[in-house]
Amino acid sequence: MKLLFHVNGHERSVDVPPMRRLLDTLREDLGLTGTKEGCGEGECGACTVLIDGQAVNSCLVPTCQAAGHEVTTIEGLAPSDPLHRLQQAFLECGGAQCGICTPGMIMAACALPERPTIEVVRQGLAGNLCRCTGYTKIYDAVLAALGSR
Amino acid sequence: MSGAVTVAAEVLRPRSLAEALDWLAEAARTGRQLMPLAGGTDVFVGLHFGTLGGTPPGGSEPERRFLDLWGLAELRPITEADDGALRLGALATYTDCIRSPLVGRRLPILAAASKEVGGVQIQNRGTIGGNIANASPAGDAIPVLMAAEAEVVLASVAGERAVPLADYYTGYRASVRRPDELIVAVRTPVPAGRQVFRKVGTRAAQAISKVVLAAVGHRVALGSVAPVVMRARKVEAYLAAGGRDLAEAQRLLLEEIRPIDDVRSTAAYRRRVAANLLAEVLRPA
Repeated sequence: MKLLFHVNGHERSVDVPPMRRLLDTLREDLGLTGTKEGCGEGECGACTVLIDGQAVNSCLVPTCQAAGHEVTTIEGLAPSDPLHRLQQAFLECGGAQCGICTPGMIMAACALPERPTIEVVRQGLAGNLCRCTGYTKIYDAVLAALGSR
Repeated sequence: MSGAVTVAAEVLRPRSLAEALDWLAEAARTGRQLMPLAGGTDVFVGLHFGTLGGTPPGGSEPERRFLDLWGLAELRPITEADDGALRLGALATYTDCIRSPLVGRRLPILAAASKEVGGVQIQNRGTIGGNIANASPAGDAIPVLMAAEAEVVLASVAGERAVPLADYYTGYRASVRRPDELIVAVRTPVPAGRQVFRKVGTRAAQAISKVVLAAVGHRVALGSVAPVVMRARKVEAYLAAGGRDLAEAQRLLLEEIRPIDDVRSTAAYRRRVAANLLAEVLRPA
């Protein structure tokens, strides 16, 4: 099925089975491998991207449902230097270790409001698992980037 | 990790509810499988594990067929009817429920339950209609709606009918919905009495409940303690008659529930916790 949608601000056309996971379309058909696959069942958040600004697990979204919408992946945050403020903060605060959760973590953080409370950050990232950092430095990075109250 | 998952499936994408109902009617008439698809949060997990129901017997059909409802904006709104009833479109997401001032005012425990479903990513895609259709005995919105005496609005080309949610399930993952029918909305009357919602799971987010309880006034519904989400009718009758003794209410509850041992918990733990949660329902306001 020919499907047309916007990815990181550019119009993209793909010819894929309609139920192909958006994750696979992004990684394999569009070469956007910044989005990671973790569990493949909506538990870990590693594959988080934004659709029309809302965080979703791309492993649970059929590509046909992204048609006509605006998809943002980690590659879309800072197409060239400098880094996006969230990426810079993760770098400076030690918010990334092994890195597999980082793109999803940053995309989930992108959907947070400005100047969130720590509770809002915790809830907003509750669908993203990290097995390295213990989360504290991730929260520090998000608060540093978005401004804390 | 599973690598790329190629799902061979035909997807029908209706432009209106009427078209969706036409296609369901045709599928029912010809005996072809056609599964409604909303936000995909349960369907894709089912595809991943190979546990998705609804495959035609005998493998006569090489492909699955889905009816993609996601684009039907008419199924999304949360509104108040003239009689004060709360009407949740089947495609209302958990995020919609959390943000709806109407839900916050009328059925705040639905917003509370929605916040404990998955994480934000699931809340943005999971729908009320999908939660009911998936028919999990652990579905978090179901006990809330059941305690609120919700009706499921089923539509087909022949018209609409409303079925009390408490009568909707006929057994484990089985319901009264006919193949030609679609869940289009859930309706709850004006809720009367204090509202209680408690989900007990491994953690607040991303956890399937070990026990979930919701109460609206003297109406009490529980999930994860029986093959289907159930109302505790004996407890309700006791409370409605003015009974206030916790030990007696707990005794009645334990006569009604039928929890099992599974990967998430044990029957003994579930019985103990379900009984303990009743204390919250009987707590003086």
